[in-house]
Amino acid sequence: MRVSLSSTFDLDGGLGGSVDMHAETIADIMATLIDRYPSFQQLLDRGVAVSINGQIYRDDWTQPIPADAQVFLIPRIEGG
Amino acid sequence: MGHEQKYVDKKYEVVGTRFNRPDGIDKVTGKARYGADASAPGQLVGRVLRSPHAHASIVKINTSKAEKLPGVKAIITSADLPDVTGGDQGLADILENCMARGRALYDGHAVAAVAAVDEQTAAQALKLIDVKYKKLPHVTDVDEAMCESAPVIHDRIITRGVEPKPTKPSNVAARTQMGHGDIEAGFAEADVVIEKSYKTEQTHQGYIEPHACLASVNPDGTAELWVTTQGHFVFRNVCASLLGLDIAKLKVTSSEIGGGFGGKTHVWVEPVALALSRKANRPVKLVMGRDEVFRATGPTSSTSIDVKMGAKKDGTITAAVAEMRYQGGAFPGNWAMLGCMTAFACYDIKNNQSIGWDVVVNRPKVAAYRAPSAPMAAFAVESTIDELAKEIGIAPIDMRLKNVAREGTLAPYGPTYGPIGIEHTLKAVKDHPHMRAKLKKNQGRGVACGFWFNIGGQTCTDLNISVDGTVNLTLGTVDVGGSRSSMAMIAAEELGIPYEQVRANIADTTSLGHNDMTEGSRGTFSSGMATIFAARDAISVLKQRAAKMWGITEEDVIWENGQALATGDSHSNLPPLSLKEIAAKSGRTGGPIAGHNEVVADGAGMGFASHICDVEVDPETGRSTIVRYTVVQDAGKAINPDYVEGQFQGGATQGIGWALNEEYIYGDDGCLQNAGFLDYRIPVCSDLPFIDTQILEVPNPLHPYGVRGVGETSIVPPLAAVGNAIANATGVRMTHAPMSPPRVLAGIDTLEHAS
Repeated sequence: MRVSLSSTFDLDGGLGGSVDMHAETIADIMATLIDRYPSFQQLLDRGVAVSINGQIYRDDWTQPIPADAQVFLIPRIEGG
Repeated sequence: MGHEQKYVDKKYEVVGTRFNRPDGIDKVTGKARYGADASAPGQLVGRVLRSPHAHASIVKINTSKAEKLPGVKAIITSADLPDVTGGDQGLADILENCMARGRALYDGHAVAAVAAVDEQTAAQALKLIDVKYKKLPHVTDVDEAMCESAPVIHDRIITRGVEPKPTKPSNVAARTQMGHGDIEAGFAEADVVIEKSYKTEQTHQGYIEPHACLASVNPDGTAELWVTTQGHFVFRNVCASLLGLDIAKLKVTSSEIGGGFGGKTHVWVEPVALALSRKANRPVKLVMGRDEVFRATGPTSSTSIDVKMGAKKDGTITAAVAEMRYQGGAFPGNWAMLGCMTAFACYDIKNNQSIGWDVVVNRPKVAAYRAPSAPMAAFAVESTIDELAKEIGIAPIDMRLKNVAREGTLAPYGPTYGPIGIEHTLKAVKDHPHMRAKLKKNQGRGVACGFWFNIGGQTCTDLNISVDGTVNLTLGTVDVGGSRSSMAMIAAEELGIPYEQVRANIADTTSLGHNDMTEGSRGTFSSGMATIFAARDAISVLKQRAAKMWGITEEDVIWENGQALATGDSHSNLPPLSLKEIAAKSGRTGGPIAGHNEVVADGAGMGFASHICDVEVDPETGRSTIVRYTVVQDAGKAINPDYVEGQFQGGATQGIGWALNEEYIYGDDGCLQNAGFLDYRIPVCSDLPFIDTQILEVPNPLHPYGVRGVGETSIVPPLAAVGNAIANATGVRMTHAPMSPPRVLAGIDTLEHAS
């Protein structure tokens, strides 16, 4: 699975890009990214949401990821 | 218990109809209890001393004279709010914003607070507190704050998102960039390119009820807070973290709320009231004055935005670039990032790029305001689209339809859209009678679009059935727009009972699990989902009880139209059991009947709207009058259409105020010059025509009823819709909001002189 990152995210000095990994849930994605890029924790602290096939998930890390899904990490949104 | 979140198309009995709101009578008769309407035995009056300077070192605070004043029971400074945030910079910023720590960062920043036996004594005590300031250079303008020569407000801010990483601090907290495609190639394809710069001024949410609370802290570490808020669970967590209290020992009750629109998602005086109560060992009531609300709560950003867009002669937009500068007040925020994410979100633009700069200035800490950051970005982009359309010679509505985003479009912020409703709203606008109505002299018509994400979040709900069959629905999301009615309607729909049989209540923080804020247009989406699931839980129990009453297995019971039915040939002679009949026997069939649900309601559907505005401009004065206004918005599913329309109208009204009048005006001294409703002009009923609405329903695939949030999106288009209408009425393209009479008149004069 290819996980794309918003260009506002900075992993090891590079903005945006994508990471290939095996993940069945959002929690798997987060764990893999923290494992490979320890600085990802700082992004998580500022807030990360996950778009799966266009639907944005902010909180539920148990959310399963269908095969061949488009997965995109974006900043976590709040509102007014 | 797991529940199916996916949308199911079905016919409704209650949902989609219109009922009066259950809190309506209390509100119109004055019985409703707002933030300032609570009292406690022995309560003191809290007042806050605020900085008269835009930026100053606090050399010394001498409270000795004030302490000796009879009736003064406690005085606090930052020394009484030690930093227990454990390195969490976000929390530390909130703490520093609630009470200055060594430096006053903006006009109105709290420097000390008093609790006294009455208002007069508290006011007198504030005058007796001697604060020695050393004034520091200040900056309040977003563009000036980015200059090398600007006074640096925080030594700790090193710009994020810039390579190589800067070595010196500045007022630029972060750079954000997003988009896709090849910008240069896109502009090379264009037949027409328009480039313009825009400014929007800082505005306040303008809620009528000021911030108010009653705090009581006991020596054993337990505490209570009655407060006007959009999210009492979040207030509980934040206040407990700032004061070092155990979260579960702080009970927070949300009052009725007299408007919030994002401004009541943040704590301002609540930690101060709790600290005063802790020191005085008595309850403390603290109510902000209107001037304090303007000077020291969280308005929206002022901005400076450059937009460049190119299009082919057939109207296809080939490239779009926006560079946006948003000030977040005296503390870093992510407001420009939100501008970047929303700027081009209504369109399918092959090559687009948004760059955002989040900047700090000596102004109050910016807070969310209804679709935060999106209206300013839309003002710039939607105005530029009209200029493009004019240059090409295509109708603005057709230009938008030509480039509209659809399911499958790559969103500018990255992902691909699922089912969305922007095209539906534009087509509805094009077909609307408003578009064919004749305009009179000095009148012009403008169209603009808007986008907002909407969010879900953590939600926890209880549903309890009384022995007479009436139902208590216990919610944790504060009702800011009539959600108690909508939730009661949903419960009635699920249970198959009349709406009047359900009473919805907002519980305090000791009565339910955590609920996120009512923000991000999440109330009806997320609490609605939890209510559906809680009702379905209760129905399971009702079926079990019916089975017991009949002496059959639960599998042979179904629930239809508010009653249990026995199925199968052997049970066909059993008469139905109504909810009331089952409830009446509950004590003898297993006890109270209840349903419960806790859910992370992710999957909020995106909100899109298109607006039509007719404006008449007086060429002598530059005054613009809105003569007709129509909102078309996708609601997914309108639970109670009255309140959906109310949200559309409220958002449009606030956007019109922003477009025409509202503006924070700072003097050269960096102090706010118009901290009151006389000088900060929000629209009143007599300023506006009836705002017409059209609800579209493109179901959200991840809500059982298809609900999308509706609360925020309609504040996004008005700035541009009004600007486009003024341009069509006068020939003047306004690039600075608010488009107040002096600015419009100056534009008309410039145009006349040029011709």
